[in-house]
Amino acid sequence: METIQTDVAIIGAGGAGLRAAIAVAETNPNLRIALVSKVYPMRSHTCAAEGGAAGVIKADDSLEHHFNDTVGGGDWLCDQDAVDYLVQEAPKELTQLEHWGCPWSRAADGSVAVRPFGGMKKERTWFAADKSGFHILHTLFQTSLKYPSIQRFDEYYVTDLLVDEGRCQGFTAIEMRSGQMRRFQAGAVIVATGGAGRMFPFTTNGAIKTGDGMALAYRAGVPLKDMEFVQYHPTGLPNTGILLTEACRGEGGVLLNRHGRRYLQDHGMGPETPIGKPEFKTMELGPRDRLSQAFWHEQKNGNTVPTEWGDCVMLDMRHLGEKKINERLPLVRDMCISYLGVDPVKDPVPVRPVVHYMMGGIHTDINAATPIPGLYAAGECACVSINGANRLGSNSLTELLVFGRRAALSAIDYLQSARPAQNEAALVAQADAAQARIRALFSRSLGKETISGLRKEMTDTLEENAGIYRTEQGLAAACATLAELRHRYADIALHDKSNVYNTDLLQALELGSMLDCAEAVAACAAARKESRGAHQRLDFTERDDVAYLKHSMATYRGAEPPQVDYRDVVITRSPPGVRDYSGGKK
Amino acid sequence: MNEREIELEVLRYDPEVDEKPRFQRYKVPCKSDWVVLDALNHVKAEQDPTLSYRWSCHMAVCGSCGMMVNGEPKLACKAFLRNYTGVIRVEPLAHFPIERDLVTVIDDFMDKLKRVRPYLIPKEEKSLAAGEYRQTPAELKKYKQYTQCINCMLCYAACPEYGLIPKFIGPAAITLAHRYNQDSRDGGREQRQEEIATSEGVWECSFAGACSEVCPEHVDPASALQQVKIESTIDWYRDHLMPWLKK
Repeated sequence: METIQTDVAIIGAGGAGLRAAIAVAETNPNLRIALVSKVYPMRSHTCAAEGGAAGVIKADDSLEHHFNDTVGGGDWLCDQDAVDYLVQEAPKELTQLEHWGCPWSRAADGSVAVRPFGGMKKERTWFAADKSGFHILHTLFQTSLKYPSIQRFDEYYVTDLLVDEGRCQGFTAIEMRSGQMRRFQAGAVIVATGGAGRMFPFTTNGAIKTGDGMALAYRAGVPLKDMEFVQYHPTGLPNTGILLTEACRGEGGVLLNRHGRRYLQDHGMGPETPIGKPEFKTMELGPRDRLSQAFWHEQKNGNTVPTEWGDCVMLDMRHLGEKKINERLPLVRDMCISYLGVDPVKDPVPVRPVVHYMMGGIHTDINAATPIPGLYAAGECACVSINGANRLGSNSLTELLVFGRRAALSAIDYLQSARPAQNEAALVAQADAAQARIRALFSRSLGKETISGLRKEMTDTLEENAGIYRTEQGLAAACATLAELRHRYADIALHDKSNVYNTDLLQALELGSMLDCAEAVAACAAARKESRGAHQRLDFTERDDVAYLKHSMATYRGAEPPQVDYRDVVITRSPPGVRDYSGGKK
Repeated sequence: MNEREIELEVLRYDPEVDEKPRFQRYKVPCKSDWVVLDALNHVKAEQDPTLSYRWSCHMAVCGSCGMMVNGEPKLACKAFLRNYTGVIRVEPLAHFPIERDLVTVIDDFMDKLKRVRPYLIPKEEKSLAAGEYRQTPAELKKYKQYTQCINCMLCYAACPEYGLIPKFIGPAAITLAHRYNQDSRDGGREQRQEEIATSEGVWECSFAGACSEVCPEHVDPASALQQVKIESTIDWYRDHLMPWLKK
């Protein structure tokens, strides 16, 4: 097996991976960087983020406001030291992107423009029309081309982390083009592979978001943290799951039920604010968890609009006018017309909640370090945690920049500490075992299990039992089904025996990642007998700070279900309080 | 929802088995709002797990799923079945080597993109503490359209020149160079001109305009290339007829 020697190996070349690579290259140009991704960098799912990135810049705003919005928005499950680091680094990182050429939208005087976003007390979301993630990704990717020390390995799928003597020393990866496995030997490894939304059937996430990095770290012994917290975005197109950014509401769009009523006022987020004049942190600018939960209640009460794609509510942007929609929300308009045949300038758009983001992920400390020396994680795949039980819109693009850089700096520090000699024979043996496991998939004869069949059973059980509202019974069913699916997964075989760009193999491996992540989601959700943020239990409807002001930690146990333990939340100065989004009532 | 059965004729090629590309037909039950990508996904999940193609976002922003649909370069995620009748022929993007089935080898584009220095080369250095560069909405508008390129390479598949002369840097890469040249914060135009104002650059372009017709993001690469031509002509006159203007 060919070996690639490098200093810092980064898995994933989206926003967090690219930011980490650039940080290593800038800090120490002598370090060799291997940037390894299963897709070309510009295909990474960061490109689909629309609304923007939060960072305090206005005179009437403060880091303290951003901190309080984030901690309250996360229902006090955020680590407050990490949130402090996030809000303090955010403006620097967003300015850095500006210096690299990011085409941020501008105010008339040439300064960067900011827009309001859900759960935020002030205007602090930097945006590039409604393609903010796309522009961030391309700015980072194009900037990365400047640095000769960044060596890219595009379309390489990482199969196993190599951990010996308690340290992460590299990984094995399949080059898609040739089907050959390579061993990457690295001083430090950063995982930056993004989310796992494809575990669910109806999601904004692209096909590539299959939790591969989470599963890699999990199988290597790193706990997955807070996996039960899955964010539903309240406004997805009902047929495709395409996201309509929160900026639709930030710019003044309103949500209506079947009776034309702005129903959010009936779910603790009122009183009603004037049409076209959104007020911070209330009504349509409430947080995503509350808005998605309000939809569930409206549906239950028969107030939703039946459509051929299921029950919907209506997102009305007509009063914004064509000019503003074209200027601020051009992508939204284009997608509504193309994919749904509805022009938001002329008609309200049917929408429904859609799985969007994993608050949970690979357990790291505030320095993006996992418990395994030499292994770091950043971005959606990681759980620092700055998102707690519910992420505020526009904090994730900021997070991937701040903690992508942080992971790079931590990795560099680690490389500078004296490293013991590597036991190459042990690493080679692990790599050979990884290769044997892949070869077995090719040689196994076809049975009755199919990849698409197992995948459908997985997505169905999560949708039915681990959605916006959950119960003991449903979660027990999900846990049982997922355990069975993992067992049956051991019998899958490949139809495609080619070495060249074998997507049958790719989908088999991705399904394995998703099943492991899904089991962690269900196990943590079953164990958390309270309602907090995005985790809502019909049988335990209140937040329980005595028992559950804690992070869930799921530890991998092979064929057995994960072990779930708890870890204290870091509270520095904001004790748990009431999340009040009632606006004018205050 | 209305369903109808469509028939796809898909190019298949596995270099380990096939001497040359062949076509395979699939009948697919489709919903009325489906795109070609939905039909391919249905084939992959229900009929033939060996079919290979790239895709991810399903919202025309990741640029993965460029392919030829009835001979035209399209994003499979934005090629609506309602616009097609009869058998729909799906092939890999023209002018690129086939890696496998609908997957092409895109090394050539990746190399060319890097060559044109598609990153900000600041006119003046500024520290982070000094804040952002000022850029008015009018200055932003001057280049914004050219930032919208998703690198899907439909323009290369449409470009007759690139088909004939593969060393042509091509529409998307030149447009991205132009995007930075037009950015009020940038001072790197001279460096980029070395790559794009050459016979392999804009002077290879015959202004067929096919690139702009197929661009799914309305970037209009043809206009960018024409602007580069005009500017490089002005450069020539300035250098040769008015050498005293040279810095």
